[in-house]
Parts: sequence; C-alpha cells; structure tokens
Amino acid sequence: MNANAAAALAPKDFKSEVKPVWCPGCGDYSVLSSITKAFAKLALRVENVAVVSGIGCSSRIPAYTTCYGFHGVHGRALAVGTGLKLARPDLTVLVAGGDGDGYSIGGNHFMHACRRNVDLTYIVMDNRVYGMTKGQASPTTEPDWESSKLTPEGTGLREFHPLVIALASGANFIARAFSGDPNGTAEIIAEAIRTPGFSFVEILSPCVTFRPEQRLWKDKVHDAPVKPTSDPSQAARRILTDDGFNIGVLYVGHRKTYQPPIGKGAKQAADLEAGFAL
Amino acid sequence: MTPQNPAPRASVSIVLAGSGGAGVMTAGNMLLEAAALAGYYALMTRSSGPQIRGGEAAAMVRIATGPVENMEDHFHVLAAIDWQNIHRFAAEIPLAATSLIVGDPDQGEAPAEFLKSGAPHAPVNLKKLAKSIPGGWPNMVALGLLAALVGLPEASVMKAVGKSLKKRPDSLAASLAGVRAGMAAAEALPARYPLLPAPDATSARWLITGNEAAGYGAIRGGVRFVAAYPITPGTELLEWMAPALAKVGGALVQAEDELASINMIIGASYGGVPSLTATSGPGLALMIESLGLATASETPVVVVDVQRVGPSTGIPTKSEQSDLNLALYGLHGDAPHLVLAPNSVSDCLFTTQWATHLAEATQAPAIVLSDQFLGQARAVVDRPADLAFAAERVTAPANAPDYKRYALTDSGVSPMAIPGTPGTAYTADGLEHGERGTPSSQATDHLAQLDKRRRKLDSVDYGSHWADVEGEGELAVVTFGSCTAPVREAFARARRDGFNARLVSMRLLSPAQPARLADALAGVKRVLVIEQTHSGQFYRYLRSEYDLPGSVSSYRRPGPLPMRPEEIVSQLEQWSKA
Repeated sequence: MNANAAAALAPKDFKSEVKPVWCPGCGDYSVLSSITKAFAKLALRVENVAVVSGIGCSSRIPAYTTCYGFHGVHGRALAVGTGLKLARPDLTVLVAGGDGDGYSIGGNHFMHACRRNVDLTYIVMDNRVYGMTKGQASPTTEPDWESSKLTPEGTGLREFHPLVIALASGANFIARAFSGDPNGTAEIIAEAIRTPGFSFVEILSPCVTFRPEQRLWKDKVHDAPVKPTSDPSQAARRILTDDGFNIGVLYVGHRKTYQPPIGKGAKQAADLEAGFAL
Repeated sequence: MTPQNPAPRASVSIVLAGSGGAGVMTAGNMLLEAAALAGYYALMTRSSGPQIRGGEAAAMVRIATGPVENMEDHFHVLAAIDWQNIHRFAAEIPLAATSLIVGDPDQGEAPAEFLKSGAPHAPVNLKKLAKSIPGGWPNMVALGLLAALVGLPEASVMKAVGKSLKKRPDSLAASLAGVRAGMAAAEALPARYPLLPAPDATSARWLITGNEAAGYGAIRGGVRFVAAYPITPGTELLEWMAPALAKVGGALVQAEDELASINMIIGASYGGVPSLTATSGPGLALMIESLGLATASETPVVVVDVQRVGPSTGIPTKSEQSDLNLALYGLHGDAPHLVLAPNSVSDCLFTTQWATHLAEATQAPAIVLSDQFLGQARAVVDRPADLAFAAERVTAPANAPDYKRYALTDSGVSPMAIPGTPGTAYTADGLEHGERGTPSSQATDHLAQLDKRRRKLDSVDYGSHWADVEGEGELAVVTFGSCTAPVREAFARARRDGFNARLVSMRLLSPAQPARLADALAGVKRVLVIEQTHSGQFYRYLRSEYDLPGSVSSYRRPGPLPMRPEEIVSQLEQWSKA
C-alpha cells in the first residue's frame, strides 16, 4: 500500500469550525451535514472541492466547510461556479444558495446554467422567503402569504416552478430533497455530483423564523412514487402535477457536458504573431 | 483640365464610399494592405449606416511615410461608387478646396455637403468600366484609381488583391483587370496626390487593429480564460481571442450577459487561471458591482472597455472617452483598483499585457480603457517590442503553516492559495473579513483590510510606463488615450511655428501618480488638458488627484467625430498666446 495514500475523510472533516449565522432549527444545518456526508461518501479531498455561493442565509455555507470556497455577490454564484469549473475541470464544484439568490436576482443564470450543462452541482435551499433581509416574499412564496411588510396583501403572483424551468432549460439531473432527511438528502447530493453535467437539487429547507408553518413540511414530504426517468415529457408531467413534496430524483438525462478544452493548445503565444505579420 | 505635377507628400488621406454590397470595405482593406506592402505606414477607419447589413459605408484610409495613429484634417480624395445616403457621413469626411471628388456620373451629382468644400468633382464611369470586364466590379476599378492617384506601385496593389482573393482564385483575373482599368482612368483626372517614396523598412511591420492588439497583449500577459458577451465595439476583441485562445491552451465561453461574464472570469481566476473579459460602456456599468467583489476578494481580473459614445446606448459605433468616471469612481465602497488607458493601436498590446501583469501581481481588478477609434482602427505598425510582463501571481505552497489568505503583509500582497492545493483551503469573500477570510464586521478588520488593499497598489513600481512624457518647456499638454496621436501631430506642426511644450500622455490612471506627474511637470507654468468628453471628466480627475502647476485650461469635446490635428493646433495657438 502506498504510504502516502491519504486516509478516507469522514463527514466531520469537511465541516469547519466557523459558527453558522443561522437560527436554531434552520433547515440549512441539516443540508450542511448532508453535503459533508456526500463529500465523504464520494471519497473527495477537501482541496479538490470548491463550494461557491452568492448572498443569503444559505449562501453562507462555503465557510462552514473545510473545502475551498467562494462567497460572491447576490445572484451570481452560478456564473462564478461556471467559470471556475470551465477553467479547472479537475475540481468538484458545488454551487449552493437560496431561492431568492437563485430564482430571482440570479434567475437568468439559473436558466443558462441548465442549458449550458457544465459538470457541476447546484443546490438550492428553498424556504420560500428572504431570511437575511428579515422576511420578504421570494419567487417561490405562495401568492397569498401576507406576513411581509413589503407585500402586506400578499404578492398575488403565482410561484416560480424551478424544477420545470430546469427541465425545460436542459438540466441533466433534477431532484427534490428535504432537509429533514439528512441521509436521504446526502444520497441525492452524492448522485447529483456523480452524474455528469449540470445537476440541480432543490432542497426544501424550512425557515423556522419567518415561515414557522414550514415546520409541518416534515409531515407533507413523501418519496417519489416512481423511478427517475430520462424522458423529459414524462418528467415534465410528473413535476407539473405533483404536490411539491415529492422527494427523490425526478429526472436524469444523457446530455453531453459542456467543457471546452483547456490546457491543450500546442502553440506558443508568439505563434499568433503570424496573423499580423505582413 | 490637365494633371498637375504636385509636390510629393508625406501623408495622404482618401475615402472610398458606397452603398451596401458595393465592396468599399474590401477595397479599403486591399488599399491598406497595398500601402503596407509598398513599405508605407497606414491607418484605416470605417463608417457604416445604421442598417444591420447592406447600409452605406465608407472606408477611410490614411497612408504615410511614417507611423500614423490618427486621421488628418481633411481627406484629399473622396471616391464614391454611388452616392446613396453617403451625405450622412459628411461631417466625418471633411474636404478642402484642394481635394478631389470622384464619382460615377451615372449615379448622379455629388451631394452638396461635399461640393461646398470647393473640391472639384471629376466624373469616372466606375460601373461602366467594371461592366466592360467580364466579372468586373466597380470597387476594384475604384481601388486601382485611388492607388494610382497616390502613386502606390502597381505590383503592391496586385499582390494585395491576390492575397485577399487567395480563396477565390476564379475572381482574381477580373479583379486585377478592374484595378488596371482604374489605374488607367486615373490618368485623366485633374489632380494627383503622390506620396514621397516609402522609407526603408527598419523593422518588421504588422497590420493590426487595436482590438486584436489588446487580445494578443492579454494572451502574452498570460490570460487563458475569457468570458464574452457581445457588444459593439468590443466584440471583435473577443472574436479574435476565441480561436487564438484555443491554439494556446486557453478557452473562451460566451456568457448569457455581462453580469455572468465578469463573474465567470472571477471564478476562473479564483481557480488560478488569469482571466479577462472585454466590453463597452453599458457592459462595464453592469460589471461594476462584481468588480467590487474582485477588489474585496482580491481576485485578479482584466476588463477591457472599448469605449463608445454614451450615456445609455449612445452611439455604439463611435468613439468617446466618457467612461472614465465610471472606470475610476463607479465602484461602491473604497475599492482600490487599476485603470489603464492605451494611447495608440499598438499600445493596446502593451497596455493590456501590462494590465494583466499588474492585476496578477496585485491580485486586483484592472480596467483597460480603450475606445472605438483605437479598437476598430486597422493600422500598419512597427512590430511592438517583446515585453517581459507576464502573469506572476504570488501563490501559497501546499500545507503552508498557519495559512492566512488575507494576511497583513508589508506590501499588502498575500499569497493566494489555488484550489487543489492541500492544506490551504479558504473561503474567498466579498464580505469584509479578517486575515483568514472569515467574515468580520469589526472596525479593526475593516480598516486593516482597506489599508492592505490600498497598500498593494501603492507598493508596485510602475516605472516609466505610467505615461509617455515628451518635449520640454514651460507649457504642458496632459492627455490620454486616443487623443494622444492627434495631439502629437498638432505638436509637430505647431513646433514649425516655434511652439514649444511638453506632452504627457497618461497610461496609468489609477492609482494616481501625483509625484510622477509633478516631476514631469516641474517648472511648467501652464497646463492644457485635452480629452474627448463633454463634461471634462479627465480635467476634473486631474484637478482632484494632482497638484497641477500654474494655470490650468481644458479643451474637451464629445464624440462622435474624431479629434483632428487642426482643431488642436488652433487650441494650442490660442492657449500658448493667451
């Protein structure tokens, strides 16, 4: 046996000593555990993983891991993650954030990340509220939710449906998970990372502070009754008609991963001069 | 009329205009190449109508015995294949009474806007001459005619046409016949504008646009990742880089918008790969928030802003220097970053390469303020010198003991751990942070990191590259970017009348270099600031960052018309005699 072979890492080895800013009871604690379990399960090394995020409660997650992390600006996590993965295809890139960051300010990047199909995993901890700014409606908030001072009559707007948008935009792996089931969520995240291309995992992660009624999600969630499909039309029907609490892998496609070659050019910079020389 | 025997000149300017499909750009490029092959320096700019395809177009070519980086006061020859909507370009095509207008009589009279110059209108049946040649084209006839008017050797013109039609050998014979017909037709014209003999070539020459030069400078500086969102007039820079990067082991990705392109290059650079994007004013405005992220997270990136006329959509195809305020002051918070401005087509190479080097060395974002004139002008230039400037980022070794990404070092630069390096993992953050990168709202951390980020830029030795400083005397003109070349030409002309002044063309705009400018202006009694903005952005920048000696005046005007030497000469006269 190679004396230098690194010992397998446990989930705790991926968890940093930085104390989260999250409220007691926040679903994101469990998501963090699920992520570290998935990393350990896949026998990843901390130095070969990058966790990238934008802004929001859940976007604080990179510093809570021992991996390389990038905590950027609001809404642009997928763009940072895309650039990083394209430049460094050897890394495992996990992009994580919330529903406001990903579906509202970052909505355009979400759509285009799905269609670009770069080999990275995108986790959205969806609690249907902006928590860091103290409780405003997000794109996934119910239209009649009246607890925000910003929209006291409710938004009156129908909810954004991230799973079907992801499917229509070309995401190669689509799953829904629940933070209250850390082991099941870890399995799904591990499968998402393993699956080539853009993997999207929507995780129902309750906000106990601004959406205390979400504590009841644990009674509503249930396993997806059928196996994952690679047929988009079947997946679309299932996603559009389910009750929103259907947990499991909903779609796995076979799209080609987008990765332009990098580090493979044979020419020197000076060779380009031929194009200018008279 | 009989052809005169005018004295040969060191510089001649010609315009070839026509409606869409007339091939004026093709002929203009051939003329440029022919001049280059004959040993001349030359510069070509272009104008086209608002139509996406097929609108009127004008190729403006200046040919000279020495390097040229700007347009002359007026054109010597305006040749039009037809006159459809060409009058729209009148303000861009100044003529003198000594100029010559060549038009096809079958296409009607030349527009009054041109005739009021007093220049004679010489009819040449360009279309009929072309039709007499099977497969002949009027633009080739015009090419031959123009080449003959300025005395370009026939062999150079034929070689340029041959090079251009390498992939279309079937149309070569007809094109060459058209050129010959044009040359013959020039015999009957009432004026000629012969060039002095071309100088002996002392160095290799390139035919290059500022956008290509900036792209190549970036690659020479080490850029290997580019995220791109198309925008006039920066697109060609990105289009040139796409295949070029692939050849040298880099990659270009088209982003969904400028917010994505700036963040993609931040991600790639965080991964250790020197990265760049190019844009224009509207795109730079979108990128500004994330340039603050690059500053705070200390992620080096290069953004080339090929400025166009603003605000808003403005005039996308024309030049201005009015993004200066945005580049210098657009970032929220106190966010030290680099701003550089190339001052010639070939300097786009140097400045972008240097910007890449500086960004990597300081782990800070660099904005390169090019402009539409520099970016899209195609010029014959002396091959720029090879430069040692390359990306040299200070990185952390594996398992560095007690690694602190944002350690408070003397120079402010702290080793950057690249993902994949064991034992140094950290989280880069746009939140204010302590030395380890952990978010902090403590006053001490904020002050320490602000000082650190400032110190990085102040501890670099920018050497002599911060500006081009020329001349002597008690008067000084301070300018930057594409205003530099017309100012230089104006200086050369004014010197013949006894004018004497210093010229400072500033390449490094941020961080400001007050001590260096003070040295350059030591003993100066009066300063004139020249720029292409409406509000005097450069003047105000100089007044706020520098102690300028003596009395300070400002000459500024907005785009879209390029600065011409004559207007600057008249400004110099007024100012120096005031």
